[in-house]
Amino acid sequence: MLDKIVSTGKKATRDGFGAGLLEIGRRNPEVVALCADLVGSLKMQDFIDEFPERFFQVGISEANMMGIAAGLATAGKIPYTGTFANFSTGRVYDQLRQSIAYSDKNVKVCASHAGLTLGEDGATHQILEDIGMTKMLPGFTVINPCDYNQTKAATIAIADHDGPVYLRFGRPGWPIFTPDEQTFEIGKAITMAEGTDVTIFATGHMVWQSVEAAKILTKEGVSVELINIHTIKPLDETAVLASVAKTGCAVTAEEHQIAGGLGESIAQVTARHQPTPLELVGVHDSFGESGKPLDLLNKYGLGVDDVVAAAKKVMQRK
Amino acid sequence: MADIQQLQRITSQVRRDIIRQTNLASSGHPGGSLGCTDFFVALYFDVLRQDNAFHMKGTNEDMFFLSNGHISPVWYSVLARSGYFPVEELATFRQINSRLQGHPATHEGLPGVRVASGSLGQGLSIAIGVALAKKLNQDDHLVYCLCGDGELQEGQIWEAALFGNHYKVDNLILTVDWNGQQIDGANDDVITLGDLPAKWEAFGWHVLHMNGNDMEDVLRVLAEAKAATGQGKPIVILMKTEMGYGVDFMQGTHKWHGKAPNDEQMADALSQLEETLGDFPIS
Repeated sequence: MLDKIVSTGKKATRDGFGAGLLEIGRRNPEVVALCADLVGSLKMQDFIDEFPERFFQVGISEANMMGIAAGLATAGKIPYTGTFANFSTGRVYDQLRQSIAYSDKNVKVCASHAGLTLGEDGATHQILEDIGMTKMLPGFTVINPCDYNQTKAATIAIADHDGPVYLRFGRPGWPIFTPDEQTFEIGKAITMAEGTDVTIFATGHMVWQSVEAAKILTKEGVSVELINIHTIKPLDETAVLASVAKTGCAVTAEEHQIAGGLGESIAQVTARHQPTPLELVGVHDSFGESGKPLDLLNKYGLGVDDVVAAAKKVMQRK
Repeated sequence: MADIQQLQRITSQVRRDIIRQTNLASSGHPGGSLGCTDFFVALYFDVLRQDNAFHMKGTNEDMFFLSNGHISPVWYSVLARSGYFPVEELATFRQINSRLQGHPATHEGLPGVRVASGSLGQGLSIAIGVALAKKLNQDDHLVYCLCGDGELQEGQIWEAALFGNHYKVDNLILTVDWNGQQIDGANDDVITLGDLPAKWEAFGWHVLHMNGNDMEDVLRVLAEAKAATGQGKPIVILMKTEMGYGVDFMQGTHKWHGKAPNDEQMADALSQLEETLGDFPIS
C-alpha cells in the first residue's frame, strides 16, 4: 500500500482552498467569501473574478470580518472567511467564541499559513496553537487536510455541513499524493497503509512526512499502519481505537504544539478507552523562527527522522 | 401614527418588568435597561416590520441586534410583551435551566434573539453582515442595532464603522445609547469619547440626534432615520438617555449599571411605575 503513495507534483494546500472555493461557489449560490487584505495569499482571486458581488474585502480588520460573517450566516448565507491562521484564531478568539460558536453560526473559518512551514516570516505568523483553540470551542469542527487535492475536496465538503468549521492549511508547495477526485468525509479517518507493529496518526503537512517515515520503517522490517486524521474534531475515535487495538502503540504527528493538538486528542481517547503507549511528534512548548519550511520542521523535531525515531521508541514501550 | 399614550403605558410596565426581573435574580443590569426602555418600546411596538412568529433568517423582516447584551432585562420584557415568548418566562431571568440567560443567547432557542452578545463591540459587525445579506437577497427591509456608549471604546466598532462607510451600508440604523456612563463611572472619567458626532461624521455616517427618554422624539427620529436609508450612507442615531430613567433614585448615576434592587428598593421603584399590563407572575 505504501509503495503506491507517491508524489505527483507539488502545490500548496492554500491553492487547493482557492480551487475548492471557486468550485463550491459555482455549485452553491449561498456561498459568499470574505478576506482581510490577503486575497493573493489565500488564492481567492478566481472566486472574486467569477462572483464579485458575493465577495467582501474587509481590509485589515479580522474581528470585524468574523462578525460580518456571523451576520451573513444569520441571514442564511454560507460565509467563508480568509486570512492567515494566526489572524483567524488568536486574534479573533472572542469573536469565534461568542458571535460564531456560542451563537451557532454556519461560518467557515479558512486559515492559511498555519504552522512552521509558513517559513521566513517567522514566529509572529507561525501559529502553532490554533488547533487547540478551535477544538476547545463547543460545536466547532476542526479540519487540517494534507495536500492540494484533499484541501480542495474539504473546502467543497464543508459547505454541506451546517455549523462552524475551522479549515487549516498552509503556505509552501507540498507533495500531492491523494487522489485528484475524492469525496471528503468530515470526521472519517483515512487509512493510508495497514500494519501491525505501530500506528502513525498524522494530520496536515505531517501526513507526507509520515509517509516518508513509514517507507523507511517498512524497509527496516516494521509493519506500519498510517492513518490520515484530516478531521481533528470530531475525531474518528472508532478508527483510532481499532488501529491501536491492532498495533498496541502509536505515534502522532502534527505541525502544532503538543499541548492542545491532535496528539492530545488521541491521548485522551486512548486513555479513556484503551491505554496505549504514545509518542507525540509536534512542537514542544516553543515558538518557531524564520527559515525554510523543511529546515524548520527538522530543527523543531518534525522531520521524517523524528517520526521514525518516535515509532522505534514507542514500539519499545509496548 | 403611533398612539403615544399607549406606548407610554407599555414603557411603564416594561420598567416594572426590569425592576422585578433583576430583583428576583438578585443580579442584572437595570440602569441601562431603564434608560433604553422608550427606544425598545417604540421599536418593537411601532417601528419594526416583522412576523409574530420568529424566523432566525429574518427574510423580508426588519431585524434588530442588541450589541450591549447586558441590558437584556429590557429586551426580554419587550420580546415577551410583544408576543415572542410567554410573559411568565420573565420570572426565570438568570435562573438555572432558563432561556433567559444573563446575557442574550441563541443557544437555548429563545425566540427573538439571533446572536449572543455580552462581550462588547461585536454586534455592529453582525448587523452589517445581515444588512449585506439583505442587499444580496434584494430584501428591502432594514437592520437595526443598539450599542452602548462605553462600548464604543472597543476597537471592533470602528473597524465596522469604516466598513459601513466603504460599502455604503445604507439599510442599517445604529443607535448609540449615549448616557455618558459606564461601570467605572462617567465616560469622560474612564476614557473620553470626545466629540462623538464629529467622529461618526468623519467616518462617513449620517448622524442623527435623539432624546431617548422622550417618546415623541424617539418616534420622530426613528422615522427620520428610516427616511434617510437607501441614500448611500449608514445611519447612526446618538441617543441621549439617562441611566435608570423612570426611577428617581436610580436616575443619572452609574451606580445602578449592574446592581439589582433589594426588596425595599424594589417597592420604592415600583411605587413610581404604574402597573399597566399586569406584572408577570412569580411562582
